[in-house]
Amino acid sequence: MGRFLHRRGWLTPYALLTPGMGWLLVFFVVPMYYLGKMSLEQGFFPLFSFGWAWSNFSDAVSAYQTQFVRSLQYAGIATAIALAISYPLAYWIAFRGGRWKNLFLLLVIAPFFVTYLIRTLAWETILSDNGLVVTFLHNIHILGSNGRLLATSAAVIAGITYNFLPFMVLPLYVSLEQVDPRLIEASSDLYANRAVSFLRITLPLSLPGVFAGVLLTFIPAMGDFINAQLLGTPRQYMIGNVIQSQFLSLRNYPTAAALSFVVMGGILVLVLIFARALGTDRLTAGAAA
Amino acid sequence: MIMRLRRHLLDGYAVLALAYLFLPIAVVIAFSFNNPLGRFNYTWQGFTFKNWAHPLDYPGLGSAIRVSIEIAVASSIVATALGTLIALALVRYRFRGSSTTNLLIFIPMTTPEIVMGASLLTLFLNWKIQQGFGTILIAHILFNISYVVVTVRARLVGFDRHLEEAAMDLGANEIVTFFRVTLPLIAPGILAAGLLAFALSIDDFVITYFNAGTTTTFPLFVWGAARVSVPPQINVVGTAIFLIAIGGMLANVLWQNRRARRLA
Repeated sequence: MGRFLHRRGWLTPYALLTPGMGWLLVFFVVPMYYLGKMSLEQGFFPLFSFGWAWSNFSDAVSAYQTQFVRSLQYAGIATAIALAISYPLAYWIAFRGGRWKNLFLLLVIAPFFVTYLIRTLAWETILSDNGLVVTFLHNIHILGSNGRLLATSAAVIAGITYNFLPFMVLPLYVSLEQVDPRLIEASSDLYANRAVSFLRITLPLSLPGVFAGVLLTFIPAMGDFINAQLLGTPRQYMIGNVIQSQFLSLRNYPTAAALSFVVMGGILVLVLIFARALGTDRLTAGAAA
Repeated sequence: MIMRLRRHLLDGYAVLALAYLFLPIAVVIAFSFNNPLGRFNYTWQGFTFKNWAHPLDYPGLGSAIRVSIEIAVASSIVATALGTLIALALVRYRFRGSSTTNLLIFIPMTTPEIVMGASLLTLFLNWKIQQGFGTILIAHILFNISYVVVTVRARLVGFDRHLEEAAMDLGANEIVTFFRVTLPLIAPGILAAGLLAFALSIDDFVITYFNAGTTTTFPLFVWGAARVSVPPQINVVGTAIFLIAIGGMLANVLWQNRRARRLA
């Protein structure tokens, strides 16, 4: 057997790949083909027929332009806030964590082992009209006496920011951890103050982590519908809410498929640009950390 | 003086950030001890152990948890096996198509869940496959494979191949070498990948929602409950899953530390 493997050595990697890659091919690549086909069909549930109906795309995009723009805004703002929250935290763990680094990292990930929906329901409790946050904001007159947080854009953006935070922290940590402290020492020997050292050395070296974190946070944020559904109202609905209801309630499959394809296409372009610039290893380093 | 202040500023910030991360978790745990008056568990009414004493005392909750656990166990085992083989091929061999393979591993991780769920739904509709336990399992294995590959690959990269060569020099064939040398050395990485896959599976809502048919997993149960009534038992189960996951990860970290010390 060993000799057989040796002689047929060039076949071994393919034998190892076949079961797993077969699964990805049949249940990831083939479904994308059917999604594309579905997006060009016409008719009404349950009778659809294929007909190169390109108008599905233009109709869907113009009908749900508001939700597309809103998703881009919410996801963009949430990603920016997540970056602002995560960078100092990742910096602190990487440079101040010492031998407790792994424990702190575990602490950062730990909250996300509470089921996603339960976490979001907890935010519903925290932001609710009688909750602590709203009462506090009333007392310091930031929020008017009738003002509320739940069912606003702010609540949805806050939920998205929180829920995808690990996707930002982990890649940032990985890139900051790799910064050689000797470079910073060298810069201070050369009379750079701490701000200059940070701006000229640490920040540029951590940029791959910043890009990876931005991408990995923005993508799930863009497709999310749970935060808008639980923390918002139909006035905060995002493109994910539309896709979900078109598929599962209205059963308007071609429109839903066209919308999914537009989202997927936009994200795929982003991913390929990032993957080319950074390499996929950099982008997946966070998951492995 | 200013430098020291700045140091403490960052420490203080880290404490605040961790507090922010744990705020909703504290709420979940606290409200698992709440004694709600109405159907909703949103305002604090009084302390009770009742929910912890009878965690499954709500219609449909027990079976939803059982389905979630069955799918998490089965999907993490299958995905860990398939993903580990891919990781071995990618790290150990140079072969034509390896960059395409890398890309195909990577793209599912960056595909929004809603698109993955929707595309699987169109597949099952086209192939006229009845949605239920089987289709959920297929979906969970699918999204877990990429995460397993990435996790195991990260551990394999630092692997010392001389140990395998030594075993072969001592007369072990490839199969014996794999089971006696390679596998025990990469076992922590495989276990970490399996735990990650289990956690991802038991938490998944979106992809499951698109492909569940009439089967209900725990997240789907929570979703349904959020519309009518949220019983405190949901907080109990959420807290329990959280504690078990943390326990598993801590145990794995400790085990690896001990092995590292023993091997050093």
